[in-house]
Amino acid sequence: MTVNSTLSEASTLPATSGIEKAPTGIAGLDEITLGGLPRGRPTLVCGTAGCGKTLMAMEFLVRGATEFGEPGVFVSFEEGTEELAQNVRSLGFDLAELERQEKLVLDYVHVERSEIEETGEYDLEGLFIRLGYSIDSIGAKRVVLDTIEILFGGLTNEGILRAELRRLFRWLKDKGVTAVITGERGEGMLTRHGLEEYISDCVILLDHRVSEQQAIRRLRVVKYRGSVHGTNEYPFLIDENGIEVLPITSLGLDHEVSTERISSGIPALDEMLGGQGYFRGSSVLLSGKAGTGKTTLAAHFVDAACRRGERAVYFAFEESRAQMVRNMRSVGLDLQPWVDQGLLLFHASRPTAFGLERHLVTMYKIVRDFQPRVVVIDPITNFLNTGTSEEVKSMLMRLIDFFKVQHITPFFNSLTHGDQLDQTDVGVSSLMDTWLLLREVEVSGERNRTLNVIKSRGMSHSNQLREMRLTSGGVELVEAYLGPAGALTGAARLAQEAQEKNANLARRQEVERRQRELERKREALEARMTALRLEFESEAEETQRVIEEAQGHEDRLLQDQLEMARIRKVGDSTGIPRRGNGHPEGETS
Amino acid sequence: MIRDLRGDETEAEPNFWELRLYVAGQTPKSLTALTNLKKICEQNLAGRYKIEVIDLVQNPQLARSDQILAIPTLVRRLPEPLRRIIGDLSNSEKVLVGLDVRPQG
Repeated sequence: MTVNSTLSEASTLPATSGIEKAPTGIAGLDEITLGGLPRGRPTLVCGTAGCGKTLMAMEFLVRGATEFGEPGVFVSFEEGTEELAQNVRSLGFDLAELERQEKLVLDYVHVERSEIEETGEYDLEGLFIRLGYSIDSIGAKRVVLDTIEILFGGLTNEGILRAELRRLFRWLKDKGVTAVITGERGEGMLTRHGLEEYISDCVILLDHRVSEQQAIRRLRVVKYRGSVHGTNEYPFLIDENGIEVLPITSLGLDHEVSTERISSGIPALDEMLGGQGYFRGSSVLLSGKAGTGKTTLAAHFVDAACRRGERAVYFAFEESRAQMVRNMRSVGLDLQPWVDQGLLLFHASRPTAFGLERHLVTMYKIVRDFQPRVVVIDPITNFLNTGTSEEVKSMLMRLIDFFKVQHITPFFNSLTHGDQLDQTDVGVSSLMDTWLLLREVEVSGERNRTLNVIKSRGMSHSNQLREMRLTSGGVELVEAYLGPAGALTGAARLAQEAQEKNANLARRQEVERRQRELERKREALEARMTALRLEFESEAEETQRVIEEAQGHEDRLLQDQLEMARIRKVGDSTGIPRRGNGHPEGETS
Repeated sequence: MIRDLRGDETEAEPNFWELRLYVAGQTPKSLTALTNLKKICEQNLAGRYKIEVIDLVQNPQLARSDQILAIPTLVRRLPEPLRRIIGDLSNSEKVLVGLDVRPQG
C-alpha cells in the first residue's frame, strides 16, 4: 500500500521524489538515480571481484569532497592506503593532497585472523570510535566502507559481528552521513554474507562479464527505497576520468523537435527532400551495397555542415582519416581544411577493437566533449560483428535518443549485401526519420548507381529514382531515363537519349519537308488559280463581245422591220400585219 | 635474535611482558577483561609484566594508529611479535596461548 502510493507519487513527480539525495558526481549515475544516493543513509554497492566497486566508492568520495564540498572518510578493509592512493592516481585523484586539505581521511583497517585470538565477549566499539573520530576530525558528510565483509574472515564470532554491523549501519544513519558500503557478490545472494539484509535503502549492483570475448561492465540499481530510478542495466566505463555510466535509454520520446532544415550537401538531393534537405535533429539512414557511394554522400553532408560553420564528427569504422580525406578529394571534396580549423573530427577505429558498449560510451564521450551539430557513423552494420542484431538496435536507439535530445543530426551508413534490404536495415529503419537507398543497376556491361528516398518523415519528398554520378566536381543526381523498358542509367541512358535525339531530328526534318511541300503546293495552286482567272476573264470578254454583237444584230433587225413598216404604211396600210394577234385576213371566215 | 639485539633496558628483559588493554569507557566487558587479565598475569607472570589501560573514549586517535577494531583488545607489545587478543579474556587458557606464556607449574 505504502509502496504503491510512493511509486505512483514518484512517477508523477520524478524529480522531486520524497527523499533528499546526495549527488555522486559520477557521470550518468545521478541521472539514473534522479539525483544521487539517498542522503544520510547507507547505500550498498555490490558486485564480483574487479567490477569497479572500490573505484565507484572512491569517486563518490572524491567528487563529494572536490565538487560538492562534502568531505569524506574512506575505510578500507582490503587495501592499504598507499596501494589505494596508487590505484586511483590513474583516474586523476590525488588522495594525499585531499588528505592534506582535510577533505579526505583514509583509514586502513587491518584484520588478519592469524594475528587475532578471540576469547569471550567483545564488540566493535573500536571501529565505531575510530570512524567517529575520523568523521569528526574533518566534518565528513560521506563515508565509504570497503569491503566490510572482510571482517567475516577476520573474526570468528559471526553472531557478534552481525549484531555489530546492524548497529554500525544504524549508527551511520544517526550520524547523518551518506555512506557507501561495498560488498562482494555471493552465490545466489547480492553479497557473500547477506549485507543487503541490513542495508535496504539503496542497492546498486555492478557486473563485469565477458560476452563474445568482449568485457562489458554494467550497472543496475536493484533497489532504491522512496525514489524512482532507472531499472535497466546500464553499461559503464572506467577510464582516465573515472566512472562513466551511460543512462541514455532512460530518455523518452518527449524531446523537442526542430523545424529547421539543413542541407544534405547536394542541392539535387535537397530538392528531392522537399527542396530543403533534412530536418535538424532527425536521423538519416543511407543503405547501399559496397561501392555505391555511401561514404561520399556522408562526406558531402559533413562538408555542408562545416561550410555552415558547424562542428561535425565522423565515426569511421572502415577507413582512416587520411584515407577518407584523400579519397574525398577525388570527388572534389577537400575535408582537410575543416579538420585543420577544428570543425571536423574524425574518429576511426575498428568495430571489433572494442565491445558494443565501449563503442557507445566512446561515441557518447566524444560527442559530449566536441559538441557537434552533425554526426556520421559509417557504417553501423559493422557493429553486427560485435553484437547481435537486437543489441545493435538497442544501442542505436540509445544513440539516436541521445543525439535527438542534443539536436544533433545523425547520419548512419548501412552496408547491405544484396539488392534486397537487409534485415538489420528493416529493423533499424523504424528508428530513422529519413531513409535513403542507393542501388546499383547493371546494364550492358556497366554499373551505375541510383538513389531514391524511401521515406522522409514530415516532408513531401520525391518518389523519383535518380541516377547518382560521382564526378570530380562532386555528386550529381541526374534524372534517370524512364522509358517503356524501365529506368535506364549510364551509357544505356545516354544511348537512349541519343536515339531519342535522332528521332527528334528526323521528325523535325520531316515536318520541315512537309511544310515546304505545302508551301510549294500553295504556290502551284495560286499559279493555277491565276491562270484560270485569266482564262475566265478572256472568256468573259469574248462572251460579252458575242452578246453585244447579238444585240446589235437584233436592234438592227428591228430597225429594219420598222423601216419596212413605215415604208408599207405609206403604200397600203392594211397590208401591215399586226404584231401579236394579228390574223391574216380571210382565214377566219 | 631480536631480543639479544635489544640491549640492556627493562624492555629488553627476555621475559618481560608489556601489555596494553584497549577499552572504551567503563563498560562491564572492559572491567571484566581487566580483572581477568590482572588475575592471569599475577598467576603466570608475577613481576614480569606491565599493563597499560587505554581508554579510546579519551584517546580516540589511538584506535586508528594502533589498529584497534574490537573492544576490549589486549595487545602484547613485548615480547615481539605483536599479538592481539580480543574479548573479555574469560578463557585464561586461550589468553595464555595468545600471549605465548607457558603456564608456570
